[in-house]
Amino acid sequence: MKVLVPVKRVIDYNVKPRVKMDGTGVDLANVKMSMNPFDEIAVEEAIRLKEKGVATEVVVVSIGPAKAQETCRTALAMGADRAILIQTDETVEPLGVAKLLKAVADEEQPGLVILGKQAIDDDSNQTGQMLAALMGRPQGTFASKVEVSGDTVTVTREVDGGLETVALTIPAIITTDLRLNEPRYASLPNIMKAKSKPLAAKTPADYGVDIAPRLETLTVAEPPKRSAGIKVADVDELVAKLKALGVAA
Amino acid sequence: MKTLVWVEHEGGALKDATLSAVTAAAKLGEVHLLVAGEGVGGVAEAAAKIAGVGKVHVADNAAYAHALPEAVAPLIVELMGHHDAFVAPATSTAKNIAPRVAALLDVMQVSDILSVEGDKTFTRPIYAGNAIATVKSNDAKLVITVRGTAFEKAAKDGGSGAIEAVSAATSGEGSKFVGAEISKSERPELTSAKVIVSGGRALASSENFHSVIEPLADKLGAAVGASRAAVDAGYVPNDYQVGQTGKIVAPEVYVAVGISGAIQHLAGMKDSKTIIAINKDEDAPIFQVADIGLVGDLFTIVPELTSKL
Repeated sequence: MKVLVPVKRVIDYNVKPRVKMDGTGVDLANVKMSMNPFDEIAVEEAIRLKEKGVATEVVVVSIGPAKAQETCRTALAMGADRAILIQTDETVEPLGVAKLLKAVADEEQPGLVILGKQAIDDDSNQTGQMLAALMGRPQGTFASKVEVSGDTVTVTREVDGGLETVALTIPAIITTDLRLNEPRYASLPNIMKAKSKPLAAKTPADYGVDIAPRLETLTVAEPPKRSAGIKVADVDELVAKLKALGVAA
Repeated sequence: MKTLVWVEHEGGALKDATLSAVTAAAKLGEVHLLVAGEGVGGVAEAAAKIAGVGKVHVADNAAYAHALPEAVAPLIVELMGHHDAFVAPATSTAKNIAPRVAALLDVMQVSDILSVEGDKTFTRPIYAGNAIATVKSNDAKLVITVRGTAFEKAAKDGGSGAIEAVSAATSGEGSKFVGAEISKSERPELTSAKVIVSGGRALASSENFHSVIEPLADKLGAAVGASRAAVDAGYVPNDYQVGQTGKIVAPEVYVAVGISGAIQHLAGMKDSKTIIAINKDEDAPIFQVADIGLVGDLFTIVPELTSKL
């Protein structure tokens, strides 16, 4: 079974984003970029499935600027077999991404598509669900455990009240939650080896998919700032404050 | 505009998250509700009493028992034939379903809105709440999820919606519910609590969490939360997690104990009315958002605080 893993190049999660003065977006010039953390977990899970003999090939796909090639190489260094980069300088919304991924999946015929549950830049949490809808396949979102047996994949999902388990018929779409696994680091020899792994360069036009945005971003602003607080010296003062707030009798 | 609001329910009771979604939907136009599930007559009656609600569509069928998106999304798509917007609270259930609905309708979803600025214009947080985007949808139909803490809750009574049964459309093919493991708690629910006491990695063990955090929470009638570090270390189950990847809360008072205040955690609680931080590191980032801070060892401060309340 082939596993397809979409990965996104995003601002590094340790960087505090700065809103541009003109309100058109977040300043990404000269900012450290990395693979979306949830996607690293997706790549890791796919590689583990290969190590268990469940998956035969792991294909990563990224949609973005030329530099997204680095994100593909990172996944290849972790252990993916080959990569597809659909290059575009436009911002592609989850719906557009899902349509492109469907086109790729139609070609590649993967048994599983494993995505991160959300990208830490737009925080949409949509692409996996949308892909499942477009492909007419079952979905296992927010996965914290994935087990394949025969033509069924059992997914334990993180839900508001705790955990929920669903059994999906393969082919299926899975999105990863943080606790699914701990992604490995790429070793230097593997980073070198990844440079010679195949990376196919494509464009959205190759797939005949319309990725025109449906949402228009009017402005991007800083969130309201909290006013400076005070420090209290001891517990008695804190108790007095709590009483003043009306939360303690 | 006619809106269709997803009613979130559990164990025969309506969940509060629905009420915030109703408030958001009412800003767009006429509010209709969808109650899907098995044996949901009681929920439908409760839903019909919500102030400002028009029609309540009830899909009572075993196929909808666990809100599997493969079954529920086609039902919603059918109802969207005569609604202009699908509005759902940003709960794990609705986040699972809504994008599937949006793709089937060929529209872009607007996730986790904070406000309604116009017919098709909304604000929503991006980059873990470090920026607020104002977006306008150019789609014919809207699919929206609503951040519960950003909208007042609609009144639970005063309404008199008409209940209408919806015939079952499809069963979810390819997906089967196996089981659920729901954490039990007698404390208030995290997302709707007025007061929250949260613990972080500094608690150092599950035992300390029980002996230090919980008595304080009980004294304050508070819900208990945790940082991702505390969850990952196994001190508490993951549904306690407050943050970008956990629950988003905005209580009146949030007490952060032994939490440094990483971006991911702040994204989940920085809209709280009053933030109180107890931390031994006076340079911890949590003090930059805290209204009231106390620097010191939580293992002496918290028990002392609990005993003095």
